Amino acid sequence: MCLAVPGKIVEMLDDGDGDAPAVGPVAAVDFQGSRVDVSLAMAPEAGVGQWVLVHAGFAIALLDEDEARETWEYLEASGVGEMPEQLKAGSSGDIGGQ
Amino acid sequence: MSQSPDSDNKPNAGKVVLAHGGGGELTRQLLAERIIPKLVNDLLAPLADSAVIDAPPGKICMTTDAFVVQPLEFAGGDIGRLAVCGTVNDLVVMGAKPLALSLALVLEEGLDLDVLDRVMDSIADSAKQAGVKIATGDTKVVERHSAGGMTITTAGIGTLPASMPPDAKTIAAGDAVIVSGLLAEHGLAVMIARKSLGISSTLASDVAPLGGLVDAMIASGGRVKFMRDPTRGGLAGLLADLSEQTGRNIEIDERALPLSPAARHASELLGLDPLTVANEGKVVAVVAAEDAEKVLAACQAHPLGRDAAIAGRIGETNDWPLVELLTAAGGRRIVQRPYGEELPRIC
Amino acid sequence: MAGPDRQKIQQLLADLADAADGAPDMALMEICGTHTVSLFRSGVKSLMPTNVRLISGPGCPVCVTSCGYLDTACELASRKDVIVATYGDMVRVPGRTDSLEAARGRGASVEVIYSARDAVKLARENPSRNVVFLAVGFETTTPATAAAVLEADAAGLENFFILPGHKILLPAMEMLLSAGDVPIDGFLCPGHVSVILGAAAYEPIVRNHHRPCVVVGFEPANMLDGILRLIRQVAADEAKVENAYGVAVSEGGNEPARRMIEQVFIPAATEWRAMGSIPDSGLALREPYARFDARAKFGVEFGPDYEPPGCRCGEVIQGKLEPDRCPLFGVKCTPTDPVGPCMVSSEGTCAAWYKYNRHRPGR
Repeated sequence: MCLAVPGKIVEMLDDGDGDAPAVGPVAAVDFQGSRVDVSLAMAPEAGVGQWVLVHAGFAIALLDEDEARETWEYLEASGVGEMPEQLKAGSSGDIGGQ
Repeated sequence: MSQSPDSDNKPNAGKVVLAHGGGGELTRQLLAERIIPKLVNDLLAPLADSAVIDAPPGKICMTTDAFVVQPLEFAGGDIGRLAVCGTVNDLVVMGAKPLALSLALVLEEGLDLDVLDRVMDSIADSAKQAGVKIATGDTKVVERHSAGGMTITTAGIGTLPASMPPDAKTIAAGDAVIVSGLLAEHGLAVMIARKSLGISSTLASDVAPLGGLVDAMIASGGRVKFMRDPTRGGLAGLLADLSEQTGRNIEIDERALPLSPAARHASELLGLDPLTVANEGKVVAVVAAEDAEKVLAACQAHPLGRDAAIAGRIGETNDWPLVELLTAAGGRRIVQRPYGEELPRIC
Repeated sequence: MAGPDRQKIQQLLADLADAADGAPDMALMEICGTHTVSLFRSGVKSLMPTNVRLISGPGCPVCVTSCGYLDTACELASRKDVIVATYGDMVRVPGRTDSLEAARGRGASVEVIYSARDAVKLARENPSRNVVFLAVGFETTTPATAAAVLEADAAGLENFFILPGHKILLPAMEMLLSAGDVPIDGFLCPGHVSVILGAAAYEPIVRNHHRPCVVVGFEPANMLDGILRLIRQVAADEAKVENAYGVAVSEGGNEPARRMIEQVFIPAATEWRAMGSIPDSGLALREPYARFDARAKFGVEFGPDYEPPGCRCGEVIQGKLEPDRCPLFGVKCTPTDPVGPCMVSSEGTCAAWYKYNRHRPGR
């Protein structure tokens, strides 16, 4: 149960769920094309631009960017552009109540 | 929300109801307004119980498929595009020229008519792109919670030139295994489109009709001995089948596999092996060793094959044929067909 | 596809061969399902010198989950008012007579989620139903459950519950060493559990049992580096804690994570599949959060553990038996028709062996 993946915080979110309290800050983390809302409850000091190690929706460690690239050699040195609206989670197509 | 003509404050406005499948006036309306006009062609036009098709001499290729994808719409495509391309691709990898498709829709009561409209548009566009006609069809409606919104079943026929299908019995040691492009994009895009995972991504399904690409590969003059599209089960499933069918080992080089960083990362996130994830716009071909470069070049020259690569080689015959991966680290491991449902893991 | 630097790997392999040359035969145990799979998938396992044996311990949390837990989970799933939320790993594992997959086929609501937070979200979005989150996993995953409980508590949710099944790693390591059935010369310590615990957590193993412990990540070069360090220690009869995964693991680990675990959970005796009850090896909810325990809410208790006839998963997960030495392996027990959890779980030792290793079908 140890799958954890390195990603970069691209945006701080209020709490990710709109109206419910969360245990700590929530951030949008980018994994070179995939974006997940991640709780920073275990890494409260992390901010935008910080690389983090993410496991099951939680950041569990802060990573140094250079060290991260060295360890996970498949990480590309790329910037990520704006996520197109229609590709964001919550796209239409489900029928109500399904 | 709904832009359809019958959108107003009526309880069922903008939705499919059971009566749409009853065979009466509502059925006629549904077909006349939302389905037939988008598919119009000479084979369909008589709207008879069966389509009449001129049968050219020689062999006919026939395939059938059912489409139950959830969600119905996802980045890069939808169930309609999947239905047309999936069926057409089963024909073209046999070397057949697709002639006609049948289209049976099972709609669930409560489905947004907007969704139906979008799927029909997608079917029409895809059929045009694939150069195939929808010759006949059927539409039924079932109770809520019975069909995931919509399911589609198709059959497709195509004509086979005398030289087709490719003869897998001629596959020999040293033959090249060519993969036409980036792997795993479709399966990942569909899984990510399920809201429950809370992941959004730039990944999009690769669903596409492959007739043009296959034509280009064959036209190169190289000896193509086998073709298949790596759909359910991914490349791993396809190679496991091929290994069993030929009784030969197959060796694949992990570093040669075309995989985008986004797909690699999404696979890591979800705990999936990209080799086992479905593709809907890719061809895997086995090509005579001496023709490999030629066929590869033809592939790469086609818009759908730009990322094509020689993934590996066919090996010797074996009592227990295996597919082996030369890993990026320089080690080795066996590749097997996946066991079934690939669930997102955290482990 | 980009991959590890071949030169770096070559160098590590050369160093590894040097270190192993002339060293005694050794057995190095990894206690992390992800290590089991990664070692196979990356091909690193195939590159080991003949005198270095990599054995798998009880590192797959699903494999060590007792049958009783699974049976209770299936029973709850079968209730109309319950939605079971689970990580994908648990869905196919068989309990005594049922599995979540089979229950789902009969109409049970079983939702596969990626994060414990999604389970809380599910509860908020389905106020008329009860969500039971299957809380399994080692320390990497435990803080996430703690956070979910705290979130549900803060939100005053009355329809969110957990079925407690988290396990603690060190008591299992101690138990294996004390039992002495399996010769273990050193441990590859799980990288991400160590992110939470900190490298210093393994000092007792070194102190009390004189076994080297190296914290290792999951990338091929990193795994090779970790194994190299272990080989050197074993060859020199050394025993100390080394951290080969410093990019993510610190000496002290993740304090906020451990504070959350401390706040919500208390160590308790827990049944490990086929290993019996190990004291202080699991986690129970503390009094202020006891109401989140699904057992209290639904009046259920974990049934007895159960081993299907002939199943030797218990020995496999303790490293006592290699999968292909089990008489059922590949014959009666296959991934599509599994007898025990080691074959079903995507991280199970038998599944990994069957999937990635050379074997003869129907053997």
